[in-house]
Amino acid sequence: MSPDPWIRAYDLLPEMLAVLLTGAVTTVEVTVGGFVLAVLFGLLFAVLQTVPARPARVLAGLYVEVFRGVPVLTQLFVLYFGLAEFGIRLHPLTAAVLGFGLNGGAYLTEVFRAGIGAVHQGQLEAAFMIGMTRLMGLRHVVLPQAIRVVLPPLGNFAVGLLKDTSLASAVAAPELAFRARTLVDQTYLSTQVYLLSAAIYLAMSLPLAHLTRRLEVRMGRGNP
Amino acid sequence: MSFAWVNDWMPELLVAALGTLRMTALAFLLAAFLGLLLALARLSRRASLSRLAFGYIEIVRGMPAVMLLFLIYFALTSWGITLGAFAAAVVGLGLNGAAYLAEIYRAGIGAIHPGQREAAQMLGMRHFQVMRYVIFPQALRVVLPPMANYLIALLKDTSIASLISAPELMLRARDLSSEYFMPMQLYLLVGAMYLAMAYPLSRGVRYMELRLLK
Amino acid sequence: MPDQTLVEVAGLSKRFGDVEVLKHVDLAVRAGEKLAVIGPSGSGKTTLLRCIAHLEKPSAGHVTIAGERVGSKLADGRVVEMSDREIARIRTGIGMVFQRFNLFPHLTALENILLGPLKVLRMPREQAEPIALGLLAKVGLAHKRDAYPERLSGGQQQRVAIARSLAMQPKLMLFDEATSALDPELVGEVLNVIRQLAREGMTMLIVTHEMQFAEDVADRIIVMDHGSIVDEGPPHELFRSPSHPRTQAFLRAVLERQAMATSSAA
Repeated sequence: MSPDPWIRAYDLLPEMLAVLLTGAVTTVEVTVGGFVLAVLFGLLFAVLQTVPARPARVLAGLYVEVFRGVPVLTQLFVLYFGLAEFGIRLHPLTAAVLGFGLNGGAYLTEVFRAGIGAVHQGQLEAAFMIGMTRLMGLRHVVLPQAIRVVLPPLGNFAVGLLKDTSLASAVAAPELAFRARTLVDQTYLSTQVYLLSAAIYLAMSLPLAHLTRRLEVRMGRGNP
Repeated sequence: MSFAWVNDWMPELLVAALGTLRMTALAFLLAAFLGLLLALARLSRRASLSRLAFGYIEIVRGMPAVMLLFLIYFALTSWGITLGAFAAAVVGLGLNGAAYLAEIYRAGIGAIHPGQREAAQMLGMRHFQVMRYVIFPQALRVVLPPMANYLIALLKDTSIASLISAPELMLRARDLSSEYFMPMQLYLLVGAMYLAMAYPLSRGVRYMELRLLK
Repeated sequence: MPDQTLVEVAGLSKRFGDVEVLKHVDLAVRAGEKLAVIGPSGSGKTTLLRCIAHLEKPSAGHVTIAGERVGSKLADGRVVEMSDREIARIRTGIGMVFQRFNLFPHLTALENILLGPLKVLRMPREQAEPIALGLLAKVGLAHKRDAYPERLSGGQQQRVAIARSLAMQPKLMLFDEATSALDPELVGEVLNVIRQLAREGMTMLIVTHEMQFAEDVADRIIVMDHGSIVDEGPPHELFRSPSHPRTQAFLRAVLERQAMATSSAA
């Protein structure tokens, strides 16, 4: 073993990179899975909040308050360790995708609600008057318009989610942060491994953040 | 399912929740202060300083807070700098939050009409005085609600300090969980405790937003 | 069957909080009739129209269109609420033209007209498109088929909105102050389209501030004030020799406003 950790890290770089990049792929998978699920939950509960029936709105409000008020780490532990107590053993990746989907869904419910609220009430009435039901009106008239308002915060959410997936390491999901921790256990090169991992996170998140900013500028100007 | 355990857990969890609150408060103060320095550097006319601040903000916002905590806790140790887990968590969350608050401050200062600055300059004020007496007092109204939202997010984010074994609510829950093998009850209880701490805050923010934006 | 009743409003009341906007309104509209609704602002004209379209739920009373109750129905001898889907089906038979046009900004003029036939009536595109193009031509905007609403003047937008309603082949058209949001020079083009429709025999309820237009086009005029119908009659009687004091007061106020507008324009 070479005494200087930086030299040792340099020698080990190809192997370390291979391990970390494998983790990065899983990070992307969890991010994409969580994102899709969060969008679905967000849409569902945002639409529920527009329904006249009070129980639906109360349910949606409760969902938002609870899942936004509790740390996502706690939610992951409930899904992974908590459910296991009752014989429901989720795969770490399943628990992660589900956890981030539910947590993110609560955040996106608010985002979508604001987007729907930004569309003038007369639009829905005009849809009603050509014989559309509420659901059809939302789908064909309101949501296509809300998308423009919603895209920038959606991009910000994706960046946040990408970073948050690092918490899935706590339920042993083999993503980037988890691989980094195991690598440190094996090599004791904590500085080098964590710096390298941070750089990989940056390489993924910075382009995404940049894209979001450009989207913000474009949408801010008003016209597609 | 028995609820007797709750009585065993509760004293420990309440003490741990105090740790969470202390960590939140300290990290918030650190982030608020460092964030202000960063924002001022970012708005500085010296390009090198501004660029340095920009780089810091981009890098810290681009990586997970967990990574920052690992770097501070584990990596610094190998350099002979040993921070306790609690201190490392406060520093890590503070450094992380500073990048967010810097952007919030910058947006707040940017929201002030340029005429304000010019009017103050025409009174013969110097840069520092313009900031201190004219810009900051106005920016405060714009900045307070997002700052409070950050505080709520921070309260929940302290849970990740359990990953470096810093003493707070989530770590105590994990310890008790391995002791009692009742993870569901524990984590639901702890979730409720976080909710009980975060909910009044978020109500307060909503009230503040309504009053300030009136 | 010219005397068949198409719309029947019975004991219709609507309150918003403490304010009673409609007070026990009764009204019958024959098929083919053109009915103009006039009265001071806040008199409940718009709310009456919106209740007929069931955009507002009546607090009491009910609306019947072509023999079918709107919004509620009788099942096992009890009155039950209609589902979203049933109300939507009834609305396909009612066209509504809004004060603020409410064109869909993310769709072109042609797509605005096509949306209902394609998605609601589930017409195949090759069948719906000729109809939509015909309607665009009818309102004089064939050349604007691919324009987005923001590229159209208010008058053009309102004409597209009328075409959009007509695409559903409604048996009843509701006009809610269709020209109030328009610049004066654009009012005429929209009124001409409505006149054309009137000549074709469409049943129409027209809420309007344009007295001359109401007199020209309507078979019957009703005057509303404080949530009630206070006067009604054929236009020439009502305008030439108003008998009801509230009608007199309202017409006098309108005349004064017009005189002021003319003198300030001069």
